[in-house]
Amino acid sequence: MLLTQAAAANTGESLNPVRNLASSEFLIFRLGKEEYGIEILKVQEIRGYDAITRIANAPEFIKGVINLRGVIVPIVDMRIKFNLGEALYGQFTVVIILNLSGRVIGIVVDGVSDVINLDTEQLRPAPEFGGVIDTEYIIGLGTVEARMLILVDIERLMSSPDMGILEQAAK
Amino acid sequence: MSTDLEQFYQIFFEEAGELLAEMETRLLRLDIQSPDPEDLNAIFRVAHSIKGGAGTFGFTDMAGLTHVLESLLDRLRKNELVLRAEMVDAFLHARDVLRHQLDGHKGSGSADPAEVEAVNRELKELEMDTGSSHTAAQSAPAEPSVPVAAEQMPVSALVSAAEASASVPAVKGGITYRIEFDCTNLAQPVMDKLMLDLERLGEVENLSDPANVAICTLQLSTPMSEEDVWETLAFLVDPASLLIREAEKTAGSSPLAAVTPETPEPVIESAPEQSPVMARTQPVLSEQTEPQARIATPAASGVISSDSPENTAKSEVKQVAEVIGAPRAKQKPSADQANANSESSSIRVSVEKVDQMINLVGELVITQAMLAQTASQIDPVIFEKLLNGLNQLERNTRDLQEAVMSIRMMPISFVFSRFPRVVRDVASKLNKQVELKTVGEGTELDKGLIEKITDPLTHLIRNSLDHGIEAPEKRKVAGKPERGTITLRASHQGGSVVIEVSDDGGGLNREKILAKACDRGLSVNEHMSDQEVWMLIFEAGFSTADVVTDVSGRGVGMDVVRRNIEGLGGRVEIDSVTGKGTKISIRLPLTLAILDGLSVAVGDQMFIIPLAYITESLKPAAEDIRTIQGQGRVVQVRGEYLPVIALHEIFSLEPAVKNIHEGILVILDAEGSKAAMFVDTLVGQHQVVIKSLESNYRRVAGVSGATIMGDGSVALILDAVGLVNVTKQRMVHAA
Repeated sequence: MLLTQAAAANTGESLNPVRNLASSEFLIFRLGKEEYGIEILKVQEIRGYDAITRIANAPEFIKGVINLRGVIVPIVDMRIKFNLGEALYGQFTVVIILNLSGRVIGIVVDGVSDVINLDTEQLRPAPEFGGVIDTEYIIGLGTVEARMLILVDIERLMSSPDMGILEQAAK
Repeated sequence: MSTDLEQFYQIFFEEAGELLAEMETRLLRLDIQSPDPEDLNAIFRVAHSIKGGAGTFGFTDMAGLTHVLESLLDRLRKNELVLRAEMVDAFLHARDVLRHQLDGHKGSGSADPAEVEAVNRELKELEMDTGSSHTAAQSAPAEPSVPVAAEQMPVSALVSAAEASASVPAVKGGITYRIEFDCTNLAQPVMDKLMLDLERLGEVENLSDPANVAICTLQLSTPMSEEDVWETLAFLVDPASLLIREAEKTAGSSPLAAVTPETPEPVIESAPEQSPVMARTQPVLSEQTEPQARIATPAASGVISSDSPENTAKSEVKQVAEVIGAPRAKQKPSADQANANSESSSIRVSVEKVDQMINLVGELVITQAMLAQTASQIDPVIFEKLLNGLNQLERNTRDLQEAVMSIRMMPISFVFSRFPRVVRDVASKLNKQVELKTVGEGTELDKGLIEKITDPLTHLIRNSLDHGIEAPEKRKVAGKPERGTITLRASHQGGSVVIEVSDDGGGLNREKILAKACDRGLSVNEHMSDQEVWMLIFEAGFSTADVVTDVSGRGVGMDVVRRNIEGLGGRVEIDSVTGKGTKISIRLPLTLAILDGLSVAVGDQMFIIPLAYITESLKPAAEDIRTIQGQGRVVQVRGEYLPVIALHEIFSLEPAVKNIHEGILVILDAEGSKAAMFVDTLVGQHQVVIKSLESNYRRVAGVSGATIMGDGSVALILDAVGLVNVTKQRMVHAA
């Protein structure tokens, strides 16, 4: 298994336009009716949605900050950001805590389904489409049986200027 | 063997820095008339230690200067010379030059070669020109200058004495130490230097096992104390592996003495002959003691590697070593403990580790508070045991928090100790006589604060010296003692530390300050209270000095002092009586990580306002609220119109009350600009742990940080200065 993975990663670089990945295991979550995947190694933990302290004058998709065992963590609602589904908060609303190069950020999603291992054959390059997400942040599309998974480069997305989470270095 | 000394540089820099500081303290404490021999000895030892270290690491400039310093000090402590005031000056000067040299080696700044030369000459002259008093001093009951005596004593005589008695003798009035250390990392030059240093202390014998090069074993007979020996070695040898013990205690009963040869080489040949009995009984012994030795080895952390089973032997000699090793190993834990008590009463730990610990304990406290809150809702009869446990937890958590916080605490003497020098130098430059008194040096405060409070305090003291204390003649006329007094006082008051700088000088001159303020176009009037007038001296560019001196009077400074202290979350107050003196009090929070705050509610959100910026809170009357051009609102508070900051507008919240007179106004005074903040209600006063928002998010305008409340929720800490300034600009725009 490990060997094939490594091989897949190697061949993927040369044969497939899909970007080379650190791992090919993805955490799949739902936003509205669409399924998205992010690299599992970027995920720190998954927790429920509870009290959030709002931050003044932040964009609407930044819900605020929470106390994660003493660390102040900003929470981004992906549904608002991607304009997918209604941003309802119920007992199934899930917050995925990401650890992106030391920065801890939480994202609100409609639910987490599973962790899937994807081979190079199952990965397709993202077509050029004018969707809600710039294709720049999409690694590719994964196909598992009848499902289509949108694989997001979450680190790139979160550090993009229009998220406004990270302070942009003065240029 | 590695010759890479650079890894030890840092240790040398740190230790040399500390030693120089100690030297200064002791020098300043010296009473010229009757110097305390203990102090002279200590200063000598400091110079000696620095010389040793500098020599080892090839800092020849430092070694050269300390050598000259040392030889003068040596004659002083042997009463061959009489201490004079100019010597102390020269020593202090030399200390400064050493400091510069040290900085130079560290890579910051450098020593002026001309200055080094001057100090060198100064010291040499001092040593020369008092030759006449030499004989007089000699007749005085000299301090037993034993190291010299030991040096002069014929070596062979001692060795033969040792042989004759067949046991390790104590040198007359001295003690015999057994010294062991790990010498794998020591280069040959370092070893040579070390041996040389030790020989100066007394009789040295090298007992090292040639078969085991990693461990160097020495026997030293010296009149010096164990501490001195340690000091000599600590620069060169890794202190962790260094072990010094009195030989009689351990070796007296062991066969060690019997096999002790007069020279290092013959260990192998002579040992079996000299102790045939030992050699014969050895196998039995070794069997019995081996397990013990093995058990003891981890505790000994490899200091004596001859204990390790691998070394047990092919040759008889090594087996003898084993026997010697075993009893030694048995005593090891207790010996280590004794060492730990006497030498390592403190450890160096990185600040990050401590901070991490403080953070974790902070979490624990929050968790405990959450538990307590939940537990308050359960039935106390059914869950009695659980509640008892929770109470216990609360007590323990609180104790733990206090203990952990105290790690970061340092006594303020770290700061105070540098001021005698400042006062001495500045006073002599100004031709004033000033005495510095320090009270409450033991008062502890956060390490971060200690570092940041030094500059403002130095400034205040220089100010007191220059403007506060009058010239001696003037003081005489005023009926005061010619010698002025500056008092530094530190104390705990509630949750804060108060540091006072007071002088018995001329006090502040109200008229002069008011006139100056008028000149500068500040809004002042005759009816201001004294307090308000005194605070004017903290305005930027304000100086009432008639003459600008190089000490002070340029008017930069007091405003910086205030800004620095407010930056630390503290505040400054002045008390002054014309003709009697001035007292400046600095009030600081105990630590930087904790902030005194007032929690206020706006809508469903909670905010923390730093208490340091709040002057008062009030419920305004409806008629006190006015608008300017229909938009900017102001409130009249005792004749002053203050802009109103509506927190709910800035943070786009839905407040519980919309009319200002139904809510509460918190009057903020941020760096001189005042404003009234409109909130729904006041909730309470807390000490909150400051958490950074920026570590995972970005900076938010109007917010300086966040904290976690007792119920686990996050509350934002308001940036009072930022908010007031933003409002001020908005008002300017509106006008």
